[in-house]
Amino acid sequence: MTGTVLSKAKPMKQPEDPADTEAGASRSERVSALAQQHGALVTLVVAVIAASLSFDTFLTADNLENMAVSSAFLAVVALGMTFVIITGGIDLSVGSLFALGGVLAAWGSQYGTAVALLLPLAVCGLIGLVNGLLIARSRLAPFIVTLAAMLGARGILLSVTDEGSKTYLVDKDTFFATLGQGKVLGIGAPVWITLALFVAGAVVLRRSRFGQYVYAVGGNEDAAALMGAPVARTKITVYTLSGLCAGLAGALNAAWLVSGVTILGSGMELEAISAVVIGGTLLTGGFGFISGSLVGVLLLKVIQNVINQIGSLDSAYQQVVSGAFLALVVIAQTWLGRRRRVL
Amino acid sequence: MTDVLSVTQLSKTFPGVRALDGVDFTARAGEVHALIGENGAGKSTLIKVLTGVYAPDAGELTYKNEKVSFATPLDAQHAGISTIYQEVNLVPLMSVARNLFLGREPRGRLGLIDFRRMHREADEALRRLGVRVDVRRPLRELGVGAQQMVALARAVSVDAQVVIMDEPTSSLEPREVQTLFGVIRMLRDRGIAVIYVSHRLEELYEVCDAVTVLRDGKLVHTGPIAELDRLRLVSLMLGREIGEVREEGVTKFSGEHAPGTQPVLRARDLTMRHALHGVSVDIRPGEVVGLGGLLGSGRSETAKAIAGALPTDAGSVLIAGTPVRSGSPPAAIRAGISLLPEDRKAEGIVPGLSVRENIALAALPGLSRFGLVDESAIDKIVDTFMKRLRIKASGPHQKVGELSGGNQQKVLLARWLAMNPKVLLLDEPTRGIDIGAKAEVQKLIDELAGDGLAVLLISSDMEELIEGSDRVVVLKDGTVIEELTGSKVTEDALMRAIATTGGSHD
Amino acid sequence: MTDLALGGKAPADRDRILRYLQDYGVYLGVAVLLILNIFLTPHFLSAENFRTQAVQVAPVLIVALGMALAIGSEGVDLSVGSVMALSTSLLSLYLGYGTWIALIVALIGGAAIGVANGSLIAFIGVQPIVATLALMVAGRGLALVLLPQLKDVRDPTMASLGSGDVLGIPYLVLIAAALALVVAFVVRRTTFGRQLLAIGDSRPAARLAGLPVRRVLILVYVCSGVLAAVAGVLATARLTASDPTSLGNLMELSAITAVVVGGTPLSGGRIRIGGTVAGAVLIQLLTATLIKHDLPPSWTQIAQAVVIILAVYAARERGKR
Repeated sequence: MTGTVLSKAKPMKQPEDPADTEAGASRSERVSALAQQHGALVTLVVAVIAASLSFDTFLTADNLENMAVSSAFLAVVALGMTFVIITGGIDLSVGSLFALGGVLAAWGSQYGTAVALLLPLAVCGLIGLVNGLLIARSRLAPFIVTLAAMLGARGILLSVTDEGSKTYLVDKDTFFATLGQGKVLGIGAPVWITLALFVAGAVVLRRSRFGQYVYAVGGNEDAAALMGAPVARTKITVYTLSGLCAGLAGALNAAWLVSGVTILGSGMELEAISAVVIGGTLLTGGFGFISGSLVGVLLLKVIQNVINQIGSLDSAYQQVVSGAFLALVVIAQTWLGRRRRVL
Repeated sequence: MTDVLSVTQLSKTFPGVRALDGVDFTARAGEVHALIGENGAGKSTLIKVLTGVYAPDAGELTYKNEKVSFATPLDAQHAGISTIYQEVNLVPLMSVARNLFLGREPRGRLGLIDFRRMHREADEALRRLGVRVDVRRPLRELGVGAQQMVALARAVSVDAQVVIMDEPTSSLEPREVQTLFGVIRMLRDRGIAVIYVSHRLEELYEVCDAVTVLRDGKLVHTGPIAELDRLRLVSLMLGREIGEVREEGVTKFSGEHAPGTQPVLRARDLTMRHALHGVSVDIRPGEVVGLGGLLGSGRSETAKAIAGALPTDAGSVLIAGTPVRSGSPPAAIRAGISLLPEDRKAEGIVPGLSVRENIALAALPGLSRFGLVDESAIDKIVDTFMKRLRIKASGPHQKVGELSGGNQQKVLLARWLAMNPKVLLLDEPTRGIDIGAKAEVQKLIDELAGDGLAVLLISSDMEELIEGSDRVVVLKDGTVIEELTGSKVTEDALMRAIATTGGSHD
Repeated sequence: MTDLALGGKAPADRDRILRYLQDYGVYLGVAVLLILNIFLTPHFLSAENFRTQAVQVAPVLIVALGMALAIGSEGVDLSVGSVMALSTSLLSLYLGYGTWIALIVALIGGAAIGVANGSLIAFIGVQPIVATLALMVAGRGLALVLLPQLKDVRDPTMASLGSGDVLGIPYLVLIAAALALVVAFVVRRTTFGRQLLAIGDSRPAARLAGLPVRRVLILVYVCSGVLAAVAGVLATARLTASDPTSLGNLMELSAITAVVVGGTPLSGGRIRIGGTVAGAVLIQLLTATLIKHDLPPSWTQIAQAVVIILAVYAARERGKR
């Protein structure tokens, strides 16, 4: 019936001229969007080629596998961070949660694999949930809430390890240790788990309704609320997700190292944020994608690997390079964004 | 016609303001119902109660013969009440289709979104409204009119029983307005209740069936619009008798100035992409020049370009023959140009600072020595201007954010007068302030011109523009189309100027 | 939205109480902790103890003063900890050229980071959190590149700076107090201070009023960088060692806590220096109390996390008006 009534309305044609001017604008817009989406990938390819040509030791199976496994943990943290940043937020607690997750998993592994996995997920997920509640319901600034959580989680970590003096070990013969140490088709289990999580994450972000809400909240929170998107629930979910990812990454890392090392994870929040932003996700929210974060993590790890290969350079250069890189990417994003706004 | 949505004895109070006071209102199926009133009459509050943004303090909401209360906008939407807000409220970075379907995406297997179907349905929904765009493109690549249509398509496609439109035409081209009206009539024919909020009287008579007038939070009239002539409608909105409106006018301008002979401000060929195409304006000392035209004709852009607040692509601004560097507010201010921006709250006042510090803000470098503030010099200036402009505040230390709109505007005027400007650019100086303060501000403008200031006046209040200006420069689509002088400064002439050059800019 | 609906007299009272709590709660907290400690902690009321507490609070306070300026401009400076590390590295490296040259180089290092932060924020328009985050990563790296590990500082001038006193008041405390007075004066009585507050409250309005927004913002981050460098130098003098790995770790958090607890809102436009001083003292007292009663350091971290959340929560109620 709708159709018949509708056909009564006169055909209303939109004028052609504005469309023409928009087409011109959208061409340069597409170029900047392409730069945003694939800049990191191009840089990664160039970096890999340059590294292979410069160091014989770079393109060896051992080195690659090593890089892949060590990337895996950061990648899982960055996965959760991607969701948070697309909503326009930030999560500075992930480094502490990563360390806490590792310690809890190592401690829990004596009671079996289920405890070793579920305990860190429960605790870190709960802290993420509290972050989310404070940010979404009490409307506190994300950076300060998660900064406090970073401190609080570090405090919990210290109190369960006798002020950091106790290191729990994982029995190498357990299934839990296999999650970190095992290999499938010559590639470490953490790499497979990470890839699976990224595929799941990408599907959720691109193809689920929740994913649409994540973009909407980051793109224009007020509009999202008026359009009926559950803004608070979406925010709470992404911070919980981020906590879960950090806890899981910590647990996998503990399985890989077969111990819960207490000093890990400091500075990891910065690496994860860098990776996400380098991967093309806008820090202002509303735009970004999962695969980019993976590329960002790999790029950081390749740079780190190259710095290690040079040997004479201290690992501190890694931080200088990541910091500079982060600054460059953010400058580029701001400029690209500004040009688009003018259009 | 059946009642779909109605409220009885609705009240809502905010700290210090009684926004709604026992209001009754009914929207009926197949009727376009105009909701009108001056600023602060309570229209927005009523809409926000209807859409679940605010909970009322007292009163009942009846929807389809049932008492309801919507806790969130989502509740209201699910029930079938859709709203289109004044500014397009969509997510610019997301695609057109995603915007259209946010929260009710068609889903296929595994609960995943079926994008192919979503794009097809989005395309169909927009075509029905006469809009052809690539629905996969980000929304922000569309023009404002097309974005508004997407918002409308979204509102209509949720099986809405009630569609509320809050000033939907404020940023539309005339042609787009006609498209919108076509859609509104279509909705009415489908039996949907449309609530239409607008300030444009012509539109009300063109598209609405019934009208409800609010004033100061109270209901003053409701009934068929055909039974109400325009003059009566205006008098209901303003709360004045018709005779008064006719005889006195609404403004406090004397209209008598004695301008100098040489222009102090010469703006030449101001050009700005998408906004201005060679606008030139001259103003002599002691002269009030009005800038007329519809919303989006480039009035605010002209003022901001002169004040250096927006960068120009070409053109020049001269003050007493000396060129002013473009795109720099400090340079313009040093040259003697002062701007009262349209968005007083966001771009004018510094709400958290006191009256005193707001007044002294721009003049601060001149009121300090070696970077140290000379407090007694500031006290003197603040005292002078608070008296001269009759600023009503509990004292110079009250926060400006706590003052009424009219007093905020006076604080801004004081800030600029403390700089001894040569040119004053006033963009909507009396919008959103109460009638008493409005008259006072208008009187001040008159006095300032009398003291020899060159004034540029932008106002969408036609009476204010006509009675306040010595000359009116009429803008359309970023170009000057006519200049009204002397006895030709009348509402008729202005409307004719805007209307005659036709509706197309091809 | 919900408290708007309340209307009437009660919320006005509640509002007033909250406002007093935000403005003066920090002084109340300090008083309560002092009284508790006087009765519960043995040897609390000794000059020696007060001296120890004051010396420990000095670097945090100095960093917090710069942070207050950044927060007042509606920004934040996360790079302060790294600037402390950088200044200690530079100090160590240049001590061979003379103490004063080394001190000046260390401060210039802090100013340089400030210029970088300020330029990213003022000219390019990067959000302060992100810009200073990048410099936080890079700054710590740079500090470690310059000085890879801990190094003892054996310099008589530095040693006396770190442990000397006037009339029983340590130099460190005097310097911190003097800087607090200077910053309070700058905020209240200079054009820079007024312009900074206006920019923090409403950037578009400040721009249209013709204020030199970029210059002021860069100066804000330069001040924050230099103050953090001063704190780094003083901490080095007290420890008689340069430790770029750990010096200033989590300092940004302590500084933000001191500022926020002291009643300066994160939304900018208002700076309370007295509150910031009290905030820094409050955190120090809290830590000291827990330690004196043999509670592990992990508790202080958790306690600090709770205090910071409570402070921003209290500020939130008010910011809504």
